[in-house]
Amino acid sequence: MSMSYVRTEMEEQMPAPASTVGVVGWARANLFSSIPNAILTVVALFLLWRLLSGIIPWVFLGVWDASSLAECRAIFAERYPDGQQYACWAVIADRWDQIIFGYYSADQYWRPILGVILIGISAVPILYPNTPRWLLYVTVATIFVYPFLIWGGTIWPYVMAAMGFVVGYVAYRVLAAVTAGNAFSTIIAVVGSVIAAVVWWIVLSGPIVGALNDAMPWGIEAFRSRDLAGFVLAITIGVVAIAASLPLAIALALGRQSDMMIVNKLSTGFIETIRGVPLITLIFVAVVLLQYFLPSGTDVDPILAIMILVTLFTAAYIAEVIRAGLSAVPKGQYEAADSLGLNYSMAQRLIILPQALKIAIPGIVSNFISVFKDTVLVSIVFPNDPLGIADTIRADSNWNGIVWELYGFIALVFFAFCFAMSRYSLSLEKRLQTGHR
Amino acid sequence: MADAAAPPSEAFRLSMLIYDSRYRSMTIQIVVLILFLLGFFWLANNAVQNLAALGKPISFGFLGQTSGYDINQTLIEYDSTYTHGRATLVGLLNTLLVAFMGCLTATLIGLIGGVLRLSNNWLVSRIVILYVEIFRNVPVLLWIIVCMLSITSTLPGPRAFRGDDPEASMIFFGNVAATNRGIYVPRPFLENGLGSAGLNFLLLAAVIVAGIVFVRWNSRRAAQVQIATGERPNTLWMNLAAMIVPFVVLMFVMGLSFERPELRGFNFAGGMQIQAPLIGVWLGLSLYTGTYIVEIVRSGIMAVSKGQSEASAALGIRPGLTMSLVILPQALRVIIPQLISQYLNLTKNSSLGVAIGYADLVATLGTTTLNQSGREMETILLLMAIYLTISLTISGVMNWYNRSVQLVGR
Repeated sequence: MSMSYVRTEMEEQMPAPASTVGVVGWARANLFSSIPNAILTVVALFLLWRLLSGIIPWVFLGVWDASSLAECRAIFAERYPDGQQYACWAVIADRWDQIIFGYYSADQYWRPILGVILIGISAVPILYPNTPRWLLYVTVATIFVYPFLIWGGTIWPYVMAAMGFVVGYVAYRVLAAVTAGNAFSTIIAVVGSVIAAVVWWIVLSGPIVGALNDAMPWGIEAFRSRDLAGFVLAITIGVVAIAASLPLAIALALGRQSDMMIVNKLSTGFIETIRGVPLITLIFVAVVLLQYFLPSGTDVDPILAIMILVTLFTAAYIAEVIRAGLSAVPKGQYEAADSLGLNYSMAQRLIILPQALKIAIPGIVSNFISVFKDTVLVSIVFPNDPLGIADTIRADSNWNGIVWELYGFIALVFFAFCFAMSRYSLSLEKRLQTGHR
Repeated sequence: MADAAAPPSEAFRLSMLIYDSRYRSMTIQIVVLILFLLGFFWLANNAVQNLAALGKPISFGFLGQTSGYDINQTLIEYDSTYTHGRATLVGLLNTLLVAFMGCLTATLIGLIGGVLRLSNNWLVSRIVILYVEIFRNVPVLLWIIVCMLSITSTLPGPRAFRGDDPEASMIFFGNVAATNRGIYVPRPFLENGLGSAGLNFLLLAAVIVAGIVFVRWNSRRAAQVQIATGERPNTLWMNLAAMIVPFVVLMFVMGLSFERPELRGFNFAGGMQIQAPLIGVWLGLSLYTGTYIVEIVRSGIMAVSKGQSEASAALGIRPGLTMSLVILPQALRVIIPQLISQYLNLTKNSSLGVAIGYADLVATLGTTTLNQSGREMETILLLMAIYLTISLTISGVMNWYNRSVQLVGR
């Protein structure tokens, strides 16, 4: 009889080889998997060490408490007899207010702070679905409250500007009711409401504001826009450009999608012209040329002019983002809207645009990031934006000769803002993608 | 019998302009056109009247007048006795120069970075991510200024090279001097060339083109041999020789020499000076745009589906050939359109050089000529027109190339 051997008990499982688990295993798999890889790792480590061994002591051994660069240097000469120099962060401590808030006086800092908080709140219902509806009213109110906080003065011009929209709406309702049944009812109501609003803004609001200013001078200290500077200016230009450009961008995108030849060509021409020239030339137009294009004697506020041109610039770019969103909406949605008998404006308003804008939001956020970064171009014409403030500080005899601390700090603030926003845009993109598949 | 197919004829009513879809689009277009023309003429009329009131009606005559200013870096012959038109051309060439150099370097950075970003080396791919995030989240103008400042405030002045025991010395065997005014490199020149720079250049271009033609012919011949016999003759050495040998011979015959930069007095003379602003703009633009190209290259390679490389492996194609024959041709279709828009952005961003004194189009036409001639309207409109032309040309050429590599749909 032949013997047969059958194992009845399983052998104990051996632990994985020490070289494939833990730190060593990870390093072997991710850093030293092959000879070229190992060389790459060593070279990278060496370069990293060279870089960090220079930067880290420079940053962390810096001086925060001094009143001028000369004082900083004196402190270093006293502390380190071998002549080592480290960062003079005292310039940031000294000029922090100016870099962030520009030329507001210290008791007015609450205004830009409150404004930025309001913007944060008003962005919530746009960026997150399923927020309570009353938040949208905060968004609408912010359109008028933010300029009031930034520019100040009495409250009335801002109230009257908002009232114009109410006047237009009332005129539309009244005219539509009066002319009901007439073939031209809608068109009369629309044209009438526009005329009523324009008459309100141009003719009536001026005297009313004057009268109310005399009767009830409620308001806060007025602030000239040429004193607007630092990161407050960067944020204001960015926010104004994005908010004001959205309606124009939607119109341009619809125009470019339209099969009406003239509308299509005009929209395409506008978008391609703006996208074909550098922003700096548009800023030149704002500062130098805009006054020629308006009736003689018009006083153009240069910062406001820059905001207008940056808005046009942004509108052209966002129009392309929205156009991409429009073409991403499946054709069946258009056809379904048609088959329900919706007309063009109802189909766009109720079916197409809500979907297209949702797709476009990440693109709009990244456009906001680029507008925010592009605001430093203002420094080429006015020393107001963060880089311009840096020039102003470097021209000061106390801080003459300071370079890296200042630009490093400004870069850090820009990085913090833009990095946070781009991460947010990325997470938004991921969330939206799952919704569509 | 009456014709049943004929639609009931309806009298035209005014309201049909709005409610009848046959006429509505026409009505809207006419209204839009009228509003646009009214707005346009209002702006143009204001401009003409305001300029006439100032006594400077629109005219481009200033382009023919003497400019009266010097430009520190010129690719073509220029001094202050030349015209504003010539100064504009100098600025345009400088813009194109830095845009071209920037596109090349940014592409190089992007390719290397994109490949390293995808490498399975954890440390290296993290470093590339760090580089991308740091550079793209800070304004490009700040990078341009920082690059400029790192030349002007860290490199030694020409004065430091003087004396018997100088603080600074020339690098690359005494051929290159890196100073805070720029980098001085040897200047190549031909000892017995054809007399004019243009003729020399043409001859050089002819030799290179002839080399390319030979390489194409040789590759086609190799393909025919492969089809006929199944063996592909090795073309590499022949091709390399065809590209290099005639060039070397030409350079030898024409006597290529280099003039080294030398310290004379307080500054360097001779050689070729690459000015600090050019380096600043070039580096800043390349590093900034490079980050975008890293991401483009990465997403392009990731966009090729895994099945493609697996299919290639199943066919027995080696990994290197898989990359060059299967992955890259497909990745390029994704990469190229995005690359075009980055090249356009870089070209437009080169206008920021004006902030650090680079003599580009904005600095010559848009600033100095504007101030000297007092013709704001004409100079800025011309400036915008030139940039628009450059943009449309680049996108036109690139789109044409893009169409030639795109898949042809069935």
